[in-house]
Amino acid sequence: MSSPEQWTHPEPGGGPAATAAKPTPEQVIAGLRATNEGGAELVELLTPEGERVANPEFDKYVDDIGAEQLRGLYRDMVLVRRADREGNALQRQGQLGIWVPLLGQEAAQIGAGRALKPQDMAFPSYREHGVAWCRGIKPEQILATFRGTQHSEWDPVQHRFHPYTIVIGNQVVNAAGYAMGQRFDGKVGNEPDAEATMVFFGDGATSQGDVHEGFVWAAVYDAPVVFYCQNNQWAISEPTERQSRLPLYQRARGYGFPGIRVDGNDVLACLAVSRWALEECRTGNGPVLIEAFTYRMDAHTTSDDPTRYRLSDELEAWKLKDPIERVRVHLVRSGMAEPEFFDEVQVEADQLASELRAYCFNMPDPPAERIFSKVYAGGNPVLDQQRDEYLDYLAGFEGGAH
Amino acid sequence: MAAPVMDKKVAVPAAPTKLTMGKAINMGLRAAMERDPKVLVMGEDVGKMGGVYRITDGLQKDFGEHRVLDTPLSESGIVGTAVGLAVRGFRPVCEIQFEGFIFPAFDQISSQVAKLHYRTQGMLKLPLVIRVPFGGGVGAVEHHSESPEAYFAHMPGIKVVSCANPVDAYWMIQQAIDSDDPVIFFEPKRRYHEKAEIDTDATPYPLFKSRVVRPGTTATLASYGPLVKTCLDAATAAAEDGQDLEVIDLRTLSPLDLDPVFESVRRTGHLVVASEAPGEVSIASEIADRVQRECFYSLEAPVLKVTGFDTPYPPSKVEEEYLPDLDRVLDAVDRSLAW
Ligand SMILES: Cc1ncc(C[n+]2csc(CCOP(=O)(O)OP(=O)(O)O)c2C)c(N)n1
Repeated sequence: MSSPEQWTHPEPGGGPAATAAKPTPEQVIAGLRATNEGGAELVELLTPEGERVANPEFDKYVDDIGAEQLRGLYRDMVLVRRADREGNALQRQGQLGIWVPLLGQEAAQIGAGRALKPQDMAFPSYREHGVAWCRGIKPEQILATFRGTQHSEWDPVQHRFHPYTIVIGNQVVNAAGYAMGQRFDGKVGNEPDAEATMVFFGDGATSQGDVHEGFVWAAVYDAPVVFYCQNNQWAISEPTERQSRLPLYQRARGYGFPGIRVDGNDVLACLAVSRWALEECRTGNGPVLIEAFTYRMDAHTTSDDPTRYRLSDELEAWKLKDPIERVRVHLVRSGMAEPEFFDEVQVEADQLASELRAYCFNMPDPPAERIFSKVYAGGNPVLDQQRDEYLDYLAGFEGGAH
Repeated sequence: MAAPVMDKKVAVPAAPTKLTMGKAINMGLRAAMERDPKVLVMGEDVGKMGGVYRITDGLQKDFGEHRVLDTPLSESGIVGTAVGLAVRGFRPVCEIQFEGFIFPAFDQISSQVAKLHYRTQGMLKLPLVIRVPFGGGVGAVEHHSESPEAYFAHMPGIKVVSCANPVDAYWMIQQAIDSDDPVIFFEPKRRYHEKAEIDTDATPYPLFKSRVVRPGTTATLASYGPLVKTCLDAATAAAEDGQDLEVIDLRTLSPLDLDPVFESVRRTGHLVVASEAPGEVSIASEIADRVQRECFYSLEAPVLKVTGFDTPYPPSKVEEEYLPDLDRVLDAVDRSLAW
C-alpha cells in the first residue's frame, strides 16, 4: 500500500477557492484555475522542457524505461497523433461523419495504456484512440464507428477493451461491475495473473450520476478499478469549473480511496502513476482515482467550434506543454536517439496515415440486412419476418433503385 | 383543453421573417423570456455556445447567466433541479442535447415530473419544458438519431408534442412554456434548416391539436415531426399519379388528438401512419388501435404503419434504409388502396 500522504490532501477549506470570505464567481473560478495549474500535488517526471526530474515516490515504477522503451513511447505517441490528424482530415473530406480528436492527450493515453497488462481490462469513452492502440486495436478499426458502418468493430473480449461508450459516464459503472467480477473470481492478489480494470472518462463526466455511483460501488466492494479521468479542461464549451469547485482528484477522498493528479502531458509520469494505481488494485487495495491533468488542443469533435468559447491564449500556453515535444527534446539531449530515429518514426507515421486513408476509401457500406443483424442473441421470429418482408420489398425495385 | 393564451406582444425582427426552424425556436424562446422573467433556459452548452445546434444562440448574452444556465454535464441534474425551480415558481426550459442522452433524466421525468401534480392533487404545478432534438437522417454516431417519444407518451402526467415546421416551432415552444403541465418538446433535428415565412401577428393554432396540412380524398397519411415533410413530398409525388392524399400533422403525441384523423378516415377509408420510431408498442400502434375502434365501418383496409424497424438505431451508413422514405410511404398507400 502506498504512503497515505498520497491521498490525504489539504482540506478544501485551505484551497484558494475558500480563502476569501465571500468570493465572487470570478474569484472562485480564478482560484480553481490556480489550483488547476498543478502545484505540489502534480506528479511530473519529465518537465515541459524535457528535463527528467527525480521523484522518490514514483521513479521506481519506471525503472525499466531505458532509451529503447522511451523511444517506444515516443513512437506510440507520434503514430497515434498522426492517425488522429488523418481522422480529422478524412472527416473534412466527407469520408467520416464525425471525428473525435485526441490531440494533446497522447501522453495521458499512452502512459495509461502501456501500464495495462494483457490480462487487465479497459473501458474507454469515445476519445481513447491512444489506449485502443495500446490494446492492439488498429486505427482502421476505429474508423467504422465514425464513418457509420458499424457501432463497434473490435472484439472487446480478445482485446480486453470495451466498445467505445458515447453516453457520458455509463461505462464507469460497467467498469466497477467488471472489476467486482475480477475480485469475485479471485483474480486479485499477488499471483502473476492478478487483474485490474481501468476506466476512462472526462472531467465533464464527473458530474454524471453514473460516475458517482461507480465510485460508490467500487469503494464498498473494494473493486480493483482505476478511475482514469482525463481532465482536458473542457466539456465541449464548459470549463472544468462548471463541473466542480474542487480539483477533481480530491473528490476520491470522499469515497474513501486514493486520488492523485498527474501531469497528463508527461508520458513517463502517466505510466508511473498508472502502474502504481493498477498495482494497488491488483494486489487488493481497491480503487484509485487518477486525474490526468491535460488539455484538449483541438475541437471537442469536428462538429465543434472552440473559437466560440475559449481564448486562443490558453491554447498557446498549452502548446508549450506538448506531450510529444518534451520526449523528443529529452531523447535528443540525453543522446538516447539519433536524428535518423525521428526520421524513421516520421516515415512510419506517414505510412500509417496513408494506409488508414486507403482503408477508409475502400470501406464498403453495410448491406440493408445489417439493420436486423444480431439484435438478439436468441433470435426473434417477429423481427426475422420484418427483415424478410423488407428485403422482399427492396428486391421489388427494378434496376436497384435502392 | 383550452389553448394557452399569449397576451403580450413581443419584439420580433423586422422583415424578412422567413426563418429556419432552428431560428424560429430561438425566437420563440426569446419571446417567452421577454414576456416572463421567470422563464429560464438550462442545459449543457446552451449559454456561450448557444447549444450544439445553436438553438439558444445569443440568449445568454441578452438575458444573462442566471436566465440561461450552462449546466454541469448531468441530465438527471438538469431535469431534477428544474423540478425544484418549477416548484419555486420558475418556468424552466431544459435542453437535452440529443434524444439518446435523455435516459439519465428518465428517472426524474417518470418519478417526479410526471407525478408531482397528481401526488399533490394539484397543489404543486410543474410548468417545465424539456426540449429534445430527436430523430435520424443526419449521419450521426450512436445515440444521436433515435425516436424515444413513445416512452414518454406512455407516461401519464406529462404532455408530449413535436413540431414539424418553422411556424409551428415558433408558436408551439411558447405555448409549451405557457402550459402549466410539463411538456416534452421533440424537435426534428434534420428539419432544423427548413425555412418558412412566419407571421408573428397571427393567432397561433392551439398546442394540443393535430392539423390537416394537406387536404385530400384518396387516402390519409398521419405523421409527426421529421416525417411530415416526407409525407407531404409523398403526397406531391402521388398527385402525379392521380392520387389525392390527405396529410395530417399530429403535432401532439400525448394527448393524441385524433379527431381530424377519424374525420379524414371516414372520408378516405384508408390510413397510413408514418413515424421513424420502432413500430412495436408505438405512437403508430396506438393510432391504429383507436382508429379501428372509431372508424371500423369506414375502413376499407387495415391501418398500415410505416415505421423504423424494431431494432436499435443502426449505423448511419444504413440509416437511409432504416428511415421511412417517400417510397415506403407510397408503397404502403398502394397496398392500402389495393386491399
Ligand atoms: C449523457 C450524455 N449527455 C450529453 C452528451 C453529449 N456530449 C458528448 S461529449 C460531451 C462533453 C464531454 O466532456 P468530458 O466528459 O469532459 O469529456 P471530453 O469529451 O472532454 O473528453 C457532451 C456534453 C453525451 N454524449 N452523453
